[in-house]
Amino acid sequence: MSFRAEHLAYEYGLADASFTLPESGFVAIAGPNGAGKSTLIGILAGVRRGYRGSCLYESRELRAWDRAAFARNVAFLPQAVRLEFPFTVEQVVLMGRTPFGGGWFDTQEDVEAAEEAMATTDIAVFRDRDFRSLSGGERQRVLLASALAQKPKVLLLDEPATFLDLRHAMAMQALLSKLAREGMLVVAVTHDLNLALRHAHQVLLLDQGRVIADGAPEDVLGPQSIEAIFGVDAVLQNGYLRFGERAGV
Amino acid sequence: MRSDLTQTAAVAPVESKRAAVSPNQSGPARPIVFSLLALITVLVVAPLIGSTHVDLSRALQGVSPDHEILFYARLPRVILAALSGAALAITGVLFQCLLRDPLAEPYTLGVSSGASVGAVIAICLGFQAGGLASLAGAGSVLFLVLGIAWEGRRVSSFTLLLAGVTMNSMCFAIILFLHNLANFSQSFAISRWLMGGIDAVEYSTLAWLAAAVVPVSILLSMRAKQWNLMAVGEEWASSRGISTNVYTTAGYVAGALLTGLATALTGPIGFVGLIVPHALRLRLGADHRVLLPCSVLLGGAFLALCDTLSRTVLAPTEIPVGVITALCGGPFFIWLLRSKRRSLWM
Repeated sequence: MSFRAEHLAYEYGLADASFTLPESGFVAIAGPNGAGKSTLIGILAGVRRGYRGSCLYESRELRAWDRAAFARNVAFLPQAVRLEFPFTVEQVVLMGRTPFGGGWFDTQEDVEAAEEAMATTDIAVFRDRDFRSLSGGERQRVLLASALAQKPKVLLLDEPATFLDLRHAMAMQALLSKLAREGMLVVAVTHDLNLALRHAHQVLLLDQGRVIADGAPEDVLGPQSIEAIFGVDAVLQNGYLRFGERAGV
Repeated sequence: MRSDLTQTAAVAPVESKRAAVSPNQSGPARPIVFSLLALITVLVVAPLIGSTHVDLSRALQGVSPDHEILFYARLPRVILAALSGAALAITGVLFQCLLRDPLAEPYTLGVSSGASVGAVIAICLGFQAGGLASLAGAGSVLFLVLGIAWEGRRVSSFTLLLAGVTMNSMCFAIILFLHNLANFSQSFAISRWLMGGIDAVEYSTLAWLAAAVVPVSILLSMRAKQWNLMAVGEEWASSRGISTNVYTTAGYVAGALLTGLATALTGPIGFVGLIVPHALRLRLGADHRVLLPCSVLLGGAFLALCDTLSRTVLAPTEIPVGVITALCGGPFFIWLLRSKRRSLWM
């Protein structure tokens, strides 16, 4: 068990959430717009500390964690990052190393971790480019590399595939699945229910700030609950969900 | 499907990756050393230039008037310009970073307007201690602005920006009002103050200014990596172990202190705090490890140079140094902007 939340709530977005997350594996957070998914992942990432209720990571309340120590365990990939200043790709990736000392010079360890992360996400070729000159999908991979440079035990992602083309979305999913298999806990907010169904080990289904269902994907993402929450009819065919058949969409 | 992201990277030869490294990634040391040399050169050469010829050996032997001109008229002035320029430039970098706004500058928070109000009140009431009055004005505005933007345990950058803009307008209204009431000689003094200018001051005053500017600059530069994260965003910094409240508050207080002190001694001098940070960012990139120390050193060198021009170009008439900073810095900056635009930097 890594995270344990009890009656977790926030001033907006999240009303009442109780759940536990495993040490490793792939967890999907799904739900309609405004369900509180991004708020929840922000709390888990330790950036929204003003929550009510309780949220423990490794048996310690998130608020009580030293920020740097927490960041050496948990990395967060926000939905989008807007940069005003000309940081290079390599500099953005190296920012993930700040929790490890944060000294003036980059250590050998910092450089190696950044190299590895850039190789894993296939961005080393544009390491010297201005981050702002990249496409949305390239930026997403740079942000992922920056998170991986943190060498985290837990990787939290807010809609990681938003800006990715088909090839890179599949590659991203393959990478996340691989990381989860190798012992990392990967928690991703996603709108792609089929992706959740096929790859997740656990799905948290949120609606109106509450956890409606929590469990194995085939149990949580049944046609009935999808219809109840999303208002769209769904059928399961050959392991894939098909939507809007009845309405003729 | 077995499409790992690593495949393409494995094909690319590892050696060739380093070949594309641009010169400014070669490490932060080189630009800092270069900037230091530039500042030292200006500090040494600028006092020797002026409308009256000064013989260096006579000045060093204490022979009048060379000694007085060099050590009591020119050198304090050059040092004051360097310290003020350093304070304004590093504050510009800091405020742009904290507000995530490339248009932010030291005067954005209204602190220097507060200093001006203090000075103008002192002029109207006939106080001699104009410097202290402007310090008091700067301090009052800082507390007001921070108080307005204080939300429980954190300072809201957005509220701070708006509070600063409002405070600027209110201070200028007060100045206009007082200016309107002032007599002829007071009115002249007010206009001169608002133009900004660098005058020779006591060495003890310079020591006080240096005692603030030097340690604050060093402390800020030591935390350069943390400022890098803050420049991306508070959520970004927070999820990488930074206590954003501490850095935000400390940054604003440090910047306001430096601006307040510099403005109290020189009046408002435009352009340095906006242009020096941008010029350096265009040339050297956004890394605060380079940006902060270089802005201190080159901001100082730039203002000292401008002040030397202001007292020599039309000697014995002095041009307000703000005119020089804008007329020299402006075209240079536009050139920089044009030459970099094609490579997607702006």
